[in-house]
Amino acid sequence: MSEPSKVQAHWAETQRLTYIMIGIWAFFSFFIHMFAPTLNGIKFLGFPLGFYMAAQGSLIVFVAQLFWFSKAQDDVDRKYGMAEDD
Amino acid sequence: MATEAKADFTSNLGRIYTIYTGGFIAFVIFIAILERVGVPNHILGYLFVAFTIGVYAAIGILSRTMQVDEYYVAGRKVPSFYNGMATAADWMSAASFIGMAGTLYLLGYDGLAFILGWTGGYVLVATLIAPYLRKFGCYTVPDFLAFRFGGNAARIAGIVVLMSCSFTYVVAQIVGTGLIGARLLGMSFELAVFVGLVGILVCSMLGGMRAVTWTQVAQYIVLIIAYLVPVVILSTQKFGIPIPQLTYGTVLSEIQIREAALGVAASASHITPFARYDPLNFFALVLCLMVGTASLPHVLMRYFTTPSVREARQSVAWTLLFIFILYFTAPAYAAFAKLEVFENVIGKPLGQLPGWVYSYGKIGLVQICGVNAVDVASITAACGRIAGHTGVLGLANFSIQADAIVIATPEIAGLPYVVSGLVAAGGLAAALSTADGLLLAIANALSHDVYSRMINKNAPVAKKLVIARALLVIVAILAAWVASGRPADIVAMVAWAFSLAAAGLFPALVMGIWSKKTTSAGAVAGIWAGFLTTLVYLVVTRYFPGFGVDYLGMYSNVSPTTGRALVDIAKIKAETPQIFNQGMVLVSHPLASRVGWFNVANISAGLFGMPVGFLTMIIVSKFTTAPSTEMQNFIDDIRRPRGEAVMIEKAG
Repeated sequence: MSEPSKVQAHWAETQRLTYIMIGIWAFFSFFIHMFAPTLNGIKFLGFPLGFYMAAQGSLIVFVAQLFWFSKAQDDVDRKYGMAEDD
Repeated sequence: MATEAKADFTSNLGRIYTIYTGGFIAFVIFIAILERVGVPNHILGYLFVAFTIGVYAAIGILSRTMQVDEYYVAGRKVPSFYNGMATAADWMSAASFIGMAGTLYLLGYDGLAFILGWTGGYVLVATLIAPYLRKFGCYTVPDFLAFRFGGNAARIAGIVVLMSCSFTYVVAQIVGTGLIGARLLGMSFELAVFVGLVGILVCSMLGGMRAVTWTQVAQYIVLIIAYLVPVVILSTQKFGIPIPQLTYGTVLSEIQIREAALGVAASASHITPFARYDPLNFFALVLCLMVGTASLPHVLMRYFTTPSVREARQSVAWTLLFIFILYFTAPAYAAFAKLEVFENVIGKPLGQLPGWVYSYGKIGLVQICGVNAVDVASITAACGRIAGHTGVLGLANFSIQADAIVIATPEIAGLPYVVSGLVAAGGLAAALSTADGLLLAIANALSHDVYSRMINKNAPVAKKLVIARALLVIVAILAAWVASGRPADIVAMVAWAFSLAAAGLFPALVMGIWSKKTTSAGAVAGIWAGFLTTLVYLVVTRYFPGFGVDYLGMYSNVSPTTGRALVDIAKIKAETPQIFNQGMVLVSHPLASRVGWFNVANISAGLFGMPVGFLTMIIVSKFTTAPSTEMQNFIDDIRRPRGEAVMIEKAG
């Protein structure tokens, strides 16, 4: 792959990864909590599930997501020779 | 020699902070022993303050520096794990530590908007902004705006937004140290404010970012231990399991049973969503807090200190993990405290209330029958004045301030004073670490952006650093002076910072990185449009509601439970025009913060400012000359970690 097309492909894949991340973020920040009244009818670890998702569930997803993202973005950088040590 | 010592320090971080943590625990045990042999509480409290601030001061002095790079970005040598810890301390303020659990106690499910909002924003920080700013290689956020958007118009706009978010915020932290000193340690408020000022200056003045980084790591360790200990003990006492975050599910069930017995409607239960905020306001608040988090300069500038772009990304993940540890514990505090109130306070005869009610009633945090719960006689007298009061405390006659929950938990659990002292030290660490970061953000904007970039571009390094320190001291003293007047309004304005940052800075930062087409004129117009829309909405709804109704088409917000208007504006206008037409109104005014557009509460004002900012930016950019090829190449450079930083400061 030529250098300009590498640059382009790297950015396209970076964008794709970012959109996925923002999608997950939006789902666990907003979408799932819209159903909190219904989810509260379900018990999870002794918690009403709607409450649990806002108090812990979404937070755990965010933390895991960011560790995954930093790994995934690093892989993208390396794949196209765009990482810092390349 | 100096660099050897530094390298030695960074390679031994693990060992140094492990010893430090062990030393801190040993110190707490030592205080516990002193308490057993009868040393009075206020001496123990002072020992806690003196020891912790002494340690922070020592770190601050050891980290002194005369290099610009060290002063502004800690030499870009902070490993991701430690930067995560420092950012977590930078982020978690006095309000997170002392007030958050209480907010959850008072608001139930709806308070979780703060938990979600103040964590999820880091996803935006990691994916959209921080790594790119790190690659850019600036010292401050306005630096980036000035470079990307061609000059001082963008820089000045950035500085104005930064100042208006950060100054009220730093004042609130110093008020926080005053309150912690006054409530937990028996100091006078003014003395505690002074101690706070000293605590902040010793950490930041000599070493700038480098010193603040290593004290913030130390402060994180203190604050997280202090936050976890009381509630872990409480959980162990009650369930035999030292994981309150897991056991409070059972507590929530018990709360629901008690609520039903007390006649609390299911629609107003602790766990019921959207009882205090309607869905629109709940999600608007979550959005404003998240986007605000991603644009606050004192947070973003912490990611300028990592050795690489890769570590900047990892560092955001570590930050969120360290914040998560506190934030997923806060709802447990709220639940345990609520159950205690339902079990041992409500429904009890006035003569049989637990002792903590009076301990915190005396400092104005618990009210019974409308008066501070000072002693049995005073509340009996007050309740006696209420017609039909039976001498048994009902739910309606009991109120507790948000700040009381974390502070009172050690006493609720029947723990010795040493734990309260530990909580005070933790709260102080939270307030000081946040104040340090904010102060540095403000002072650096003044010294780097205003002085070095605009006033005297060719100042020698030594002079730059002297100016930087002088400004730091001036801003700190100014903030402490404002704080010493206990400005209730300013403390309430802290929530505004998130909306202001979200509307003023977020569009420019995101578009600056993600859109090559955004022009300088577009960005500057967008920053002002977003910022001013938000500011006007905040100021008008809170201070000039009559003006908002008459000239800006505002109307009453509605109650989330009944859907009816909160205030009958037409009636107030017709019957008491002198009240309606008041100029600048107090918080007690019937219309203050109760009017607006589309029922959006003023805390979520960014909901209007953000789209206005983005749209202005996009539209103005369409009609102005596109950025030069050179600038577009710079943007490409920012987007990949490989290669030199785009903007390399002259080494100092």
